[in-house]
Amino acid sequence: MMDIILGALFELLTVERLMFMMLGVSVGLVIGVLPGLGGIAGLSLLLPFIYGMDATSALAMLIGLIAVIPTSDTFSSVLMGIPGSSASQATVLDGFPLAQQGQGARALSAAFTASMIGGFFGAVVLTFSVMAARPIILLFGSAELFMLTLFGLSTVAALSGGNLAKGVASACLGLAFGMIGAAPATGEYRMDFDTLYLSDGLPLVIVGLGIFALPELFNLLRSGGAIAQHNPMGTGWLQGVRDVFRNPWLVLRCSGIGALIGAIPGIGGSVVDWIAYSHAMQTCKDTRNFGKGDIRGVIAPESANNATQGGALLPTLLFGIPGSGSMAIFLAGMILIGLQPGPAMADRNLDVTYTIIWSLAIANFAGTLMCILLAPGIAKLTTIRYALIAPFMIMIISFAAFQATRSVYDMIALFAVGLLGLFLRRFGWSRPAFLIGFVLSLGAERYLYQAVQFSGFEFLTRPVALIILALTILSLWAGLRRSQAAVNTEGAAEESRATVLTPQIVFSVLLLAFFGWVMFEGLKNSYLAALMPAVVSCVGGLSVLYVLGMQARGAKAAGTTNFDQEAHATDSGPWPFVGWALGFLAMTLLIGFFAALALFFLAFLRVVARCGWLQTLLLTAAACGFILLMAHSLNLVFPGGLLQDLYDLPWPLR
Amino acid sequence: MGSDFEARGPGRRRLLQGAAALGMATLLPAAAVRAQTNFAGKTIEWVIPFAEGGGSDVWARFMSPYLAKYLPGRPSVIVRNVPGGGSITGTNDFYQRARNDGSTFIGTSGSTQFPFLLGDRRVRYDYSNMPPVLVSPTGGVVYLPARFNVANARELGKIKDQELVYGSQGATSLDLVPMLAFHLLGLKVRHVFGMRGRGEGRLALERGEATIDYQTSSAFLTQVRPMIQAGNAVPLFSWGVLDAQGNVARDPTFPDLPHFVEAYEMMHGKKPSGVEYNAYLAFFGSGFAAQKPAMLPRGTSPEIIATYRRAFAEAVADPDLQAKKEEVLGDYEQAVGDNIQRLYEVATTIDADAREWVRNFLTTNHNVRF
Repeated sequence: MMDIILGALFELLTVERLMFMMLGVSVGLVIGVLPGLGGIAGLSLLLPFIYGMDATSALAMLIGLIAVIPTSDTFSSVLMGIPGSSASQATVLDGFPLAQQGQGARALSAAFTASMIGGFFGAVVLTFSVMAARPIILLFGSAELFMLTLFGLSTVAALSGGNLAKGVASACLGLAFGMIGAAPATGEYRMDFDTLYLSDGLPLVIVGLGIFALPELFNLLRSGGAIAQHNPMGTGWLQGVRDVFRNPWLVLRCSGIGALIGAIPGIGGSVVDWIAYSHAMQTCKDTRNFGKGDIRGVIAPESANNATQGGALLPTLLFGIPGSGSMAIFLAGMILIGLQPGPAMADRNLDVTYTIIWSLAIANFAGTLMCILLAPGIAKLTTIRYALIAPFMIMIISFAAFQATRSVYDMIALFAVGLLGLFLRRFGWSRPAFLIGFVLSLGAERYLYQAVQFSGFEFLTRPVALIILALTILSLWAGLRRSQAAVNTEGAAEESRATVLTPQIVFSVLLLAFFGWVMFEGLKNSYLAALMPAVVSCVGGLSVLYVLGMQARGAKAAGTTNFDQEAHATDSGPWPFVGWALGFLAMTLLIGFFAALALFFLAFLRVVARCGWLQTLLLTAAACGFILLMAHSLNLVFPGGLLQDLYDLPWPLR
Repeated sequence: MGSDFEARGPGRRRLLQGAAALGMATLLPAAAVRAQTNFAGKTIEWVIPFAEGGGSDVWARFMSPYLAKYLPGRPSVIVRNVPGGGSITGTNDFYQRARNDGSTFIGTSGSTQFPFLLGDRRVRYDYSNMPPVLVSPTGGVVYLPARFNVANARELGKIKDQELVYGSQGATSLDLVPMLAFHLLGLKVRHVFGMRGRGEGRLALERGEATIDYQTSSAFLTQVRPMIQAGNAVPLFSWGVLDAQGNVARDPTFPDLPHFVEAYEMMHGKKPSGVEYNAYLAFFGSGFAAQKPAMLPRGTSPEIIATYRRAFAEAVADPDLQAKKEEVLGDYEQAVGDNIQRLYEVATTIDADAREWVRNFLTTNHNVRF
């Protein structure tokens, strides 16, 4: 055993192979820094190059990329308030406030250190469990997976954003959005408006970006200045590292959660960060600062999301079942270099497995080092006027969004969800709860149906299922116990007490109407496909009714249901910038993405950012060049508009 | 040696034609020059209506460098993924908009053929108008847990009254083939839907939740064979392949296993027939024996079609491809050149009675609305 482990290490330690690994790490670093782009885009970028490479180099390169993404995606989460990839959405909650308070360096170094420890943890777990993991993974049947989705949903209690009823309603709203498309039990299409686009459901990347990134972007633009007014980084580099070592058990627990959730096929890593975050809230004594810049809110998700990768490799290697989109592409890469995953990976091909593990460990170390070296430079972005950054952000977010299906509908969906996110943020309906509901929606429905089909309602008596149920109740209790001090996921509550409640009430009524419509649409289906929509719209509808009842009692009596960030706003709100974004969308529909992008840059930089012509042209050219390079490497055709429907134009206008 | 010479022959002829065309280029309109189909310096797009990392994506990425090597002018061949709508979106778009100058072609899969065969109203493509240039077969094996004490297909009658459970990806997915097969055999199988890939179905069987399963050949070899060797599972039959005459034959990967039709005979003592069998055959052909066809856009000129067919024939014969094909293509004979038409028709046609029967079957038993 030891000789195989060491043999794999020496196999890897050649100049050529380390170079390939560093190539993977570098690409992963760039892709991770760009908001919204994660493992899927990065691996797609590398996939065409693995031809003719020897297996070890190819694995080192792919793993190098996978390992560094949950580390480098922290940059935009902390510095921009925009999740760098779906793995670090929770990092935004405390990381961004820290950066705004001038503690960016501390947040980043804590995040990087936690990431590295989490990554090592994942590699260690993989090392020791790869021989024994098979029976453990097989313990998790549909009953257990259903219980796990319930466990995930229970974190809503801690993340309800100051008002439990609103949190529950937000989660139900997410669950309803998650049900768009084919029902898992019957294949019937729900709420898809008879369109092909929605028949596959809304892509996660679009919901994540729409719900978190766009509202943040519009509100940052309103402030008119830069993200961090003074010294963006501060001098907390060492303090961040100390913070991590002061919370060793939190780091280990969260790494454990990450590795475990990653290892269970079917749940996937997309909510790991939220589960770790709520775990930190449930277990820490003093929770007052969560959501306002508590360093533990950064450490928890960051140690979990790197450990997830090590865990996620287990089902991928042993069963050939990818736990996430990026693992699916990694699997394809393995097959292309002639490696078929399976039980042999813990036996005959053990050397390959250990090559992967060593790559994971080394890449985590190298990635962290590079992130720390690059941090001061990247952090300077936060001192630049946001009006100069915003168009680049809109460009990258749109680009990330249309990775989903490569169509213009991706952009329409993005801006539609963005508008919803804007209102959820404004009126204090928890967006984390929405996202958790969205991600777990189909899983909850699928596994409940399968569990009942496989073992009837006796599934509730399976021992592992009971253990998870007990954990769920514990998590609910811990979350509810803290609900008075619950984190304000949508900003400080005390500054958002409105005296005029009309806008809030209108939004609540709209939500109620939406749940009514979900019920109506749901009941059109056969029993199995109608059950979940009916339950979700009932629970969601009742929660909204309760909120409405409170809001109707007047500004004072409404208590925590009264929340309107615009209550004391003196400007015209985010609407002018929403208008710009919609204008960009309209132009895209008319003349296609690329031409619209160029025009949008010119107009926005001239009018909003008030740049001179030289600067405008330079920045526009830089943006166009960058996007062309990205699209070219990914073999992309930009989403077209009316013009492209009528005429066959050469790329990139095609 | 003979094949060497043949391979060089057309090349030299093309060279002469190319030179001739060059001479005339000043006189003739551009279209005539393009008819010589030299792709030098061009980039050719292989459209895959699925996301990166899927089976079709791997297939195309594996094949494309070899295709590039044998297309005249050695263009670069890139894979363009257009995911969404269960592959209908990308195929619709290709069918309606692709340029038919040889600069782009499409590779689809059983999941694209099935909605077409079932008459899904969202389908806007018609396979009969797209000229095929390659058809790749695949296969799979049905197996049972050993605890049923069924040693082979002949003993399947022992469990025909017992309810079996199959983890399915959906009634209209590729798992329609096992559904129809189990129905024909007369097995009582409950289909539990919502599996995302055959891997999850296999996991359900390993956990004891599902009690019958099939895996595609490569997954069977790596994942199920260890279970068989450990005495936990028993292989029953392979789906088989189609020979040049369109008859079901044994899978070359599993020459010792009976194919489905043989298994039916072993169980029932006669060959399967009737509309239900015709329906099964159509979907078996489309989902396995001719699962992945590559096609040029409708209205492509015969010269370009011939060029592509020749290039694919040469690519498939490439010794390097033959040496590396195991993980991606398996032992299956790739249909190229003149063999292609027959297999392509199997993959993309169904007679009206059989289609009606399947639609009724799905609506009655599984609430599928068309």
